[in-house]
Amino acid sequence: MKILVCISNVPDTTSKINFTEGDTKFDTNGVQFVINPNDEFGLTRAMWFKEKQGATVHVANVGGAQTEPTIRKALAIGADEAIRINTEPKDGFFVARQLAEVVKNGGYDLVIAGRESIDYNGGMVPGILATLLDMNFVNTCIALEVEGNEATATREIDGGKEKIKTSLPLVIGGQKGLVEESDLRIPNMRGIMMARKKTLNVVEPVDAPSPTEDKKFEKPAAKGPVKLVDAGNVSELVSLLHNEAKVI
Amino acid sequence: MSVLVYTETDKGKFKKNALEVASYASEIATQIGTSVTAISINATDNASLGAYGVEKVLNVSDSKLDTFNAKAYANCIAQAAEAEGAKVIVVSSSADSKFLSGILAAKLNAGYVSNVVAAPESTTPFVVKRTAFSNKGFAHTEVSSEIKIIGLSNNAFGIIENSKTAAVEDFSASVNDSDFGTKSIEVDKVIGKATIADADIVVSAGRGLKGPENWGMVEELADILGAATACSKPVSDLGWRPHGEHVGQTGKPVASNLYIAIGISGAIQHLAGVSSSKTKVVINNDPEAPFFKAADYGIVGDAFEVVPELIEKLKEFKAQNA
Repeated sequence: MKILVCISNVPDTTSKINFTEGDTKFDTNGVQFVINPNDEFGLTRAMWFKEKQGATVHVANVGGAQTEPTIRKALAIGADEAIRINTEPKDGFFVARQLAEVVKNGGYDLVIAGRESIDYNGGMVPGILATLLDMNFVNTCIALEVEGNEATATREIDGGKEKIKTSLPLVIGGQKGLVEESDLRIPNMRGIMMARKKTLNVVEPVDAPSPTEDKKFEKPAAKGPVKLVDAGNVSELVSLLHNEAKVI
Repeated sequence: MSVLVYTETDKGKFKKNALEVASYASEIATQIGTSVTAISINATDNASLGAYGVEKVLNVSDSKLDTFNAKAYANCIAQAAEAEGAKVIVVSSSADSKFLSGILAAKLNAGYVSNVVAAPESTTPFVVKRTAFSNKGFAHTEVSSEIKIIGLSNNAFGIIENSKTAAVEDFSASVNDSDFGTKSIEVDKVIGKATIADADIVVSAGRGLKGPENWGMVEELADILGAATACSKPVSDLGWRPHGEHVGQTGKPVASNLYIAIGISGAIQHLAGVSSSKTKVVINNDPEAPFFKAADYGIVGDAFEVVPELIEKLKEFKAQNA
């Protein structure tokens, strides 16, 4: 089985978000970049397929040279090879078109992407990719087994989960649950040394439209101070929620 | 040229988010001077959408579509969009709608904007406000494709009555066997309980509760309020509660009217995930907990004393206001 894990280079979850150039750009100043968490769960599941079922695992990223440390981290975790499509990820449609080229040329059986990146949250790349390639698709995937050509996936639905039977070739929109948080791997020294020698192919982008564009950003409005209620006077909270906030 | 809205059902009845997206589609239709057509699948109460500004409902009746299938549903919506010549398609932010939207975008060569929180700022060019950076910011996004798919955030626009008469038509969408490359074999869903996605109130608890055996009072509080239960990331990582309850940046976003956080300190990732909730209440014994800076109301106190007391007071309140 040949697996492609699509990884996005995103600000660490603890990052404070600021904007620059008249609020038209995300301010990367002082921001630590990591593998998108939803993608990392998928990458870790791919490592399981590699170790238990002999799968080959490649990773792909759409981004400029600045994303290479994140790509090398994925190699240090254990991916065999990496591909960087050398262009800025303009929007989800554009990124999916770039990845579709990689999948077509690489003959992958299973493509694992995160359900969304935690920065721009578009949530469309896996669905567009699957449709462009006419591959099966399961989104918000929290469990995945593959036996031969058959796959069983569980997806999160509102208020529960759904088990799905499908087959390869398959695209997954992954998230936590594909593996547990405690299964995530921190690259060790040997992994980091080996990653330096692994192939990182840089390919040029194909022409593709980007139908959406973020023109301006803003931060949420600052919140007023909290209204404290005495622990011995809980009925006051009930009254505030009813009369003031009008939520009960 | 109408605005097309996909109105989701549960056992044939329109979901709350269907009424909200219909209301939103009606606002867009007013802005661009057209009418709203809804596409529904195996719905039984189609005419009821008229109350939210829908003038025409295309209902697909097909037993093959009794269980949600993203590709087949996306195909039905795409065919309805074509039949109507729709240039704007509105969908919700439910798990199902998010599942099918990417497929639909690829089929129609459409720009898709998810997590939209307000009516378009302008329609030429078409600009909408959406959340970004996992609720730590907003983006004003321009959609330049001919067909535009707008995914509305839960509880962002509200349900707005706009009395019209909806003409209901049977719509025979062609459904192909090739759409069923994925087959649902088992659905495990909590019945009769509010879900985090559509609950008006969410009651959430964190590590401050010390162990999974102490969740009884959280569930009781949720029951009284008709609320969904949720938890912080450490609690789901520890296996005290199922992953489906994890709210925050890498879990589910919460956009309820009321969010009650019990024993949750308020890490930046958690606060981002719940920031769209309209009223936030925190109960924590640590007055320095960061959540107090993000909350509207707070009680500094021991959850094991405050929560049972709150349950009692709410019971009294409910009895008086029943």
